[in-house]
Amino acid sequence: MPTLETQSGPAEPMVLNMGPQHPSTHGVLRVVLELDGEIVLSAKPVIGYLHTGIEKSCESKTYSQAITLTDRIDYLAPLSNNLCYCLAAEKLIGLEVPKRAQYIRVLLTELTRISSHLVWLGTHAIDLGAMSVFLYSFREREEIMKIYECVSGQRMMTSYFRIGGLAIEPPPDWLDRVRRVIDAMPGHIDEYEDLLTKNRIWMARTQGVGILSAADAIALGASGPMLRGSGVAYDTRKAFPYSSYDEFEFNIPTQTAGDCFARYQVRVAEMRESLKIIRQAMEKIPPSGPFRAEAPGIIPPSREEMKTSIEGLIYHFKIFTEGFAPPPGEVYQAIESPRGELGVFMVSDGSPKPSRVHFRAPSFVNLQTLPKMCVGKLIADVVACIGTTDIVLGEVDR
Amino acid sequence: MESQENEKSLAVQKLREREPQTIAEVIESRGETTVVLARRDLMRICEFLAQDPTLSFTFLSDISAVDRFPMEPRFEVNYQLLSMQRRERVRIKVRLSGSDAVLPSVIGIWPTADWHEREIFDLFGIRFEGHPDLRRILMPDDWEGYPLRKDYPVEGYR
Repeated sequence: MPTLETQSGPAEPMVLNMGPQHPSTHGVLRVVLELDGEIVLSAKPVIGYLHTGIEKSCESKTYSQAITLTDRIDYLAPLSNNLCYCLAAEKLIGLEVPKRAQYIRVLLTELTRISSHLVWLGTHAIDLGAMSVFLYSFREREEIMKIYECVSGQRMMTSYFRIGGLAIEPPPDWLDRVRRVIDAMPGHIDEYEDLLTKNRIWMARTQGVGILSAADAIALGASGPMLRGSGVAYDTRKAFPYSSYDEFEFNIPTQTAGDCFARYQVRVAEMRESLKIIRQAMEKIPPSGPFRAEAPGIIPPSREEMKTSIEGLIYHFKIFTEGFAPPPGEVYQAIESPRGELGVFMVSDGSPKPSRVHFRAPSFVNLQTLPKMCVGKLIADVVACIGTTDIVLGEVDR
Repeated sequence: MESQENEKSLAVQKLREREPQTIAEVIESRGETTVVLARRDLMRICEFLAQDPTLSFTFLSDISAVDRFPMEPRFEVNYQLLSMQRRERVRIKVRLSGSDAVLPSVIGIWPTADWHEREIFDLFGIRFEGHPDLRRILMPDDWEGYPLRKDYPVEGYR
């Protein structure tokens, strides 16, 4: 019978596939951990399980058709993807979008930020054992989904922003619905904070966990709350304003600790800033006016015009059969998505289909920080570190 | 396209002062600046752009490749650099022929290049010399071909 002595001795590191903890890891994210007891020696994210070749598919669609693919990249923030893609195409063509459409875009993308942060908050809390926040945050998210449905007819795959403006005129009472949601929101955010911010378990699970220094965050290309939680006050909405963001007043929340708690604080504060932006946008949006640009041959004519004028009919037919061809060239358009810098690099070769569309996905880049955050820490902290990066695997793998 | 006087981009100004012979071409288009370089100059120029305190392109936003098949040189690799302090972006472009699709890795300058370079290797088959772990990242390890090349059919090989 072996004695206790022969059983001990130098332990070999154990290799473990991180199990289904985060909603993302139920089959689509694999993290290969090398463990010494409970200490993580190395962590390697293995990705690609959700790769659907969206960039390749874009090359075989016209510029307008590819918008529907962008919804499916980051499916928790479809409107941010729509916006970035449309802005890139508009930059390529040189199209000016009417102010009304720009403000509506701002309002809806900020709602998207809130709804995306709500999903993050709920799932992150559930990962760390706080069940109730999830129920509350999904309740509020549902209200935002209803607004998506009311303006675009779709809860998730909105495709509401189109090149040159919006798909359709939003229904007359939509701003009342938005107002009801955002009036209730500050109280709800207080509720989440009551449940978490001073919660001793929450603090123990997030404070000092997953520390990312500002230098590391920049070197690894982290953006969004991942960067601002490390004390770098960089936000694309301020640095390179798009869609009239320069006309809005808001702050860039930052925290210096660089841990999971700091990123939690940043995201909660961002929700409050988004509410501020939405209020300003509601003031600015004129009750009526054009919701897409005047550009015959690029923007489809209205139904009325298509049926009554010969030019309208010709343009309608041309746009929907062969599309439109932007002049050759290339653009890189970046926006601040809920997860960070979302970029679209678009190349036109002068044909009606993009020659190349590349998405700079913030989740893809932010996931690279995972080993930095959890090596040398406990295995339980890996869960916190995956949650705090706020990855969407649809966007990581594209 | 080239404009000598009244350069808007500080990066281009500085590069012209320092190493005028390295700039193959400067493209100013749609408010964006692209500097085209030869492969042999890439590392030196990138180091300069990242480390020069007045330029401080410390953040590499993205690397992406374009296949211009059947044109030659067929590949273009674009580095989107960002200076957070000065709020300036510049794009560095290197053109590569299909028979010699190799680039030096910029991981030493920007560690974030790791996965970007793996992605380009995976989908375009461009190799990055000096990359410590150049494996496929999105496609399965035993995948054949490089899906984002223009001569790769959308529905895959049958």
